[in-house]
Amino acid sequence: MVSQKVKGKPVALDGDRAVAEAIRQMNPDVVAAYPITPQTEIVMRFSEFVANGEVVTEFIPVESEHAAMSACIGASAAGGRAQTATAGAGLAFMWEVLWVASGTRLPIVMHVVNRSLSAPLNIHCDHSDSMGARDAGWIQLYDETVQEAYDNAIQALRIAEHPDIMLPTLHALDGFILGHGVERLELLPDDAVRSFIGIYEPQHPLLDVDHPVTYGPMVLTDYFFEYKRQQAAAMERALEIIPQIGEEYGTFTGRYYGLMEGYRLEDAEFATIALGSTAGTIKTVVDELRDQGVKAGLLKLRCFRPFPATILAEALGDKKAIAVLDRSLSFGAQGGPLFLEVITALFTHGLSPKVLNYAYGLGGRDIVPARIHQVYKDLIEIDREGLTESSIRYLGLRE
Amino acid sequence: MTLKTWTEILAGGLITDAGNSEEYETGSWRSHRPIIDMDRCTHCMICWIYCPDGSILVSDAKVTGIDLTHCKGCGICAHECPRKAISMVEEAVAKEGAQ
Ligand code: SF4
Ligand code: SF4
Repeated sequence: MVSQKVKGKPVALDGDRAVAEAIRQMNPDVVAAYPITPQTEIVMRFSEFVANGEVVTEFIPVESEHAAMSACIGASAAGGRAQTATAGAGLAFMWEVLWVASGTRLPIVMHVVNRSLSAPLNIHCDHSDSMGARDAGWIQLYDETVQEAYDNAIQALRIAEHPDIMLPTLHALDGFILGHGVERLELLPDDAVRSFIGIYEPQHPLLDVDHPVTYGPMVLTDYFFEYKRQQAAAMERALEIIPQIGEEYGTFTGRYYGLMEGYRLEDAEFATIALGSTAGTIKTVVDELRDQGVKAGLLKLRCFRPFPATILAEALGDKKAIAVLDRSLSFGAQGGPLFLEVITALFTHGLSPKVLNYAYGLGGRDIVPARIHQVYKDLIEIDREGLTESSIRYLGLRE
Repeated sequence: MTLKTWTEILAGGLITDAGNSEEYETGSWRSHRPIIDMDRCTHCMICWIYCPDGSILVSDAKVTGIDLTHCKGCGICAHECPRKAISMVEEAVAKEGAQ
């Protein structure tokens, strides 16, 4: 554990390269990955570190993402630290084995560079990929900036390996917007990262032949349900532990992390909720609106799984109107995945403010400040006049 | 057997009690029972190698019989035996014969 503030090194990197640096510093035992735009740069850069002998990692250039996750599962069960990175269709191709990783309680870390799912074929950002995996038992963090992509990559390992959690953890950075966008960030010294993550001491490593253990047996009607209940409990515990790890990370970096971040939210009358890089755009708009006397605020959700329903409801309880921005569609559902979670959180906490849902940014459609202004305008209007049209809306769509 | 609650079992379905699959009586799955004709058997051990359940009983380098608690009746031994010394007999018939 690092208790003293350490001096970071300011650099300009895109999100993919920042994540590659984080993986280099974490120096995992195994990285198994398959290239896919816009993630390729992470493993491409990381494989250079491997070739240069800068890490001890066994790098496995597998034949598919299904194999990548399977190799990580094997490596993690063996007792090693295993990581991978993917995007879009690559994550979809892992779907089956995502559940094996979480059900076997393996603390694998995955870096997801968000990309839409085909068809039509599109390589740009939306959250269909990670939202598609939202029930797979993985902890999910979302990054607003390249700095956060780097910081969350490192914290993901501590979260996953926490003995009271032991769940695979992914963090998601918006494809191209963060993945290929160059930003200023501060890299920690290697030894600070290494001392933060510590030495991994697996409880039941498969390679410990003196204490033989079986991973992945068949479990039938008598016990399967009990194992699933354990996973649910681990998620509940993660709600307590993720902010503790974020606090510890803050003590030596100065950058503190919780489950969510409120931006001018406390006294806000009109709030938006968003994941990922869009939060940055919203902050700019919130500042502009505040200058005009509009009490606008933002709730940026960092942690989507587990979903921090209580603190979210507490933060939103007194708002006049709320907009939930979803960067994916759940076809046939009553709104996007984030919207459904927010509505449930409000309802179960006895709150029923006016809430709008916006689908936006699909296939990388730009979300510009003017669009966010429109959202706050809508909120002010429904507060004044009530809801006259559908609460499910499409932002930035030609109609 | 009392089943444990979700707080009493090791996470992830791990089994730390090595070899406890022995406690599972796969013999109850069997519809056909392998019967060895000891007059034909040369103790070549091919059936012992092939049996997926380790159910060929061996003592002093000689095949002595079948572990019926675990033999699930797959018939692989009978198929592989080069001496055609093993026949698969319907379980009900084999039971009658044994009585
Ligand atoms: S394979 Fe046939 S001959 Fe060989 S040991 Fe088995 S029963 Fe005997
Ligand atoms: S029938 Fe199958 S399980 Fe039984 S002894 Fe033969 S090979 Fe083994």
